[in-house]
Amino acid sequence: MEKLEYLDLYQQMVVIRRLEEVAAELYQKGKIGGFLHLYIGQEAVSTGLISARRPEDRVITAYRDHGVAINCGISANEVMAELLGKVTGCSRGKGGSMHLADVSKNFWGGHAIVGAHLPIAVGLALGDVYKDRKAVTICMFGDGATNIGFLHEALNLSKVWNLPVLWVCENNQYGMGTAVERASAVSEIRQKACGYGMKNEAINGMDVIEVRETALRILEEIRNGSGPQLLEIDTYRFRGHSMGDPERYRKAEEVHQWQENDPIGIYRRYLIGREVATEAELNEQDGLAEQIVQKAVEFAEASPEPSPEELYAHVYVEE
Amino acid sequence: MARLTMREAISQALWEEMERDPDVFILGEEVGVWGGTYAVTKGFYDHFGAERVRDTPISEAAIVGAAIGAALTGLRPVAELMTINFAFVAMDHIVNEAAKLHYMFGGQMVLPLVIRTTSGGGRQLAATHSQTPDAIFAHFPGLKVVAPGTPADAKGLLKASIRSNDPVLFIEHATLYQTRGEVPEGDYIVPIGKSAIQRAGRDVTIITYSKMLEISMKAADQLAREGIETEIVDLRTLRPLDMEPVFDSIKKTNRAVIVEEGWKSYGVGAEVSARIYEQIFDYIDAPIRRVAQKEVPLPYNRTLEQMALPQVEDVIAAVKEVM
Ligand SMILES: Cc1ncc(C[n+]2csc(CCOP(=O)(O)OP(=O)(O)O)c2C)c(N)n1
Ligand SMILES: [Mg+2]
Repeated sequence: MEKLEYLDLYQQMVVIRRLEEVAAELYQKGKIGGFLHLYIGQEAVSTGLISARRPEDRVITAYRDHGVAINCGISANEVMAELLGKVTGCSRGKGGSMHLADVSKNFWGGHAIVGAHLPIAVGLALGDVYKDRKAVTICMFGDGATNIGFLHEALNLSKVWNLPVLWVCENNQYGMGTAVERASAVSEIRQKACGYGMKNEAINGMDVIEVRETALRILEEIRNGSGPQLLEIDTYRFRGHSMGDPERYRKAEEVHQWQENDPIGIYRRYLIGREVATEAELNEQDGLAEQIVQKAVEFAEASPEPSPEELYAHVYVEE
Repeated sequence: MARLTMREAISQALWEEMERDPDVFILGEEVGVWGGTYAVTKGFYDHFGAERVRDTPISEAAIVGAAIGAALTGLRPVAELMTINFAFVAMDHIVNEAAKLHYMFGGQMVLPLVIRTTSGGGRQLAATHSQTPDAIFAHFPGLKVVAPGTPADAKGLLKASIRSNDPVLFIEHATLYQTRGEVPEGDYIVPIGKSAIQRAGRDVTIITYSKMLEISMKAADQLAREGIETEIVDLRTLRPLDMEPVFDSIKKTNRAVIVEEGWKSYGVGAEVSARIYEQIFDYIDAPIRRVAQKEVPLPYNRTLEQMALPQVEDVIAAVKEVM
């Protein structure tokens, strides 16, 4: 990788982190409504993963989607505007935090019904195969989502039809307040792929380089006809499930322990240790990220509300 | 009588029923350690233990399916679906199993089952998380559908639902949990399938339920200041539907407005107005008006969402149209 590429990964991670910290403040001020699920702590997962995709590869995920959106190339401006419900947001203010998407960037959305987007990923991949397009569909979901029927139907069908899907389970140890071992018969989630005869592995999601390199390799295998594979990426959300989570289900020490493995901290040490970048250069990136986020807030605040006619637009394609 | 919030009233009913009958137990997502997404079951896990307050995986079909099975063995499960939007995942078990088993097997199977869930919009949760599809569930014979609008009714109806030997879908409104009202203490039962007059008036009848009761009451207050006296009938149960208080009221007022939060098409208002036209057409002096949600999926943007939801002004305007 070129130095610029290394720095770009860093930049994406700090933009996501900063954007969400600011979003949390805006939520407290009442400028963002609904649910706000922060990705803080998990940035290395989507940053590494999406950096390995080609533009023709499709991405689809759940409602914890701010990071994925940024990694897929949606601007901080459009993400922030969507959070504020403005018409300049990527979903025109209609979707909010849980429903970011930009089809032109092959990002097929955040989806808020747990597991519901997995069967859709099967269809996205089928569309590509049907038309002889050499693309992989990357479908991300949480550990909690592996307990709903949708997952099992989707994994099975993708294997039966041998479709190019990379199933990515972001195991952040909890689905809301329920720890993996309290909800799943097997704690090692990758084992669920075995029942469908599907190749699988598990990796550390706090290390962006490990995620990227694994994803590059597996995506290549799938592109070359391996059929669907499942990748479990272990990670942790540093914040509550969404805003206002009393967090009675975990101890502060556990959170602190994981925070010592902050993916941004790990990557900083990696870059400095390998002399890819200096501390000063990374601080400069932090400053740039801050500017990007502040500009995004200004853009979002200055953007117009959707017009009343927007309420009736997009119910159908045709009148 | 104590002044309780809707949350406290529901919680109290559940608690008392669990104390009374050891066969009553709760299952659902985050009902235990978390204490319920809407804090209704806060403290239950510590008091009743993990056997009777069962946290489940995110598996709506299995939650309802397992509740049906347990009910068939004589237990009285109270299954919680975090929101009614997730009930679609369990739709087969609700409509094809729960609503059918007693009838289809000639009365052999009995399912004393309650499914508690929350409905309604207005919290900027966007299209998939803001629906009020109550009427859909009331379509199916074999299922009872209850949707209280006051804390007292919530307590009394939940107790009746838990004691009922039929499957009951108990719909709470996500924005009513803080609403306060007088709630009778102890064993207070409100029978399923009885509508109630919530406000007396002579000029016009509003028929409504759940959250829209609150909206209709506010509209009635304003209308009273303009000299229009509104009578409000709260359906409380959508199936079986009790039309008698509605008919009695209209025979007096000769005018009717139906207020519901869900979509107008094929909705509660459609059903209620059809029954009025079919059965007491001669008493109606003006075409019935329906106030309902605009026919769009709910948007995230706050202003647009409020535009789509029925407001006090919409109710006032509809009442004036029938006057
Ligand atoms: C079908 C369905 N059931 C329940 C919910 C409520 N819910 C939203 S997120 C969530 C937990 C999901 O956990 P996980 O899949 O691990 O994702 P994470 O939030 O940890 O990213 C639940 C229960 C939902 N959105 N959809
Ligand atoms: Mg999780």
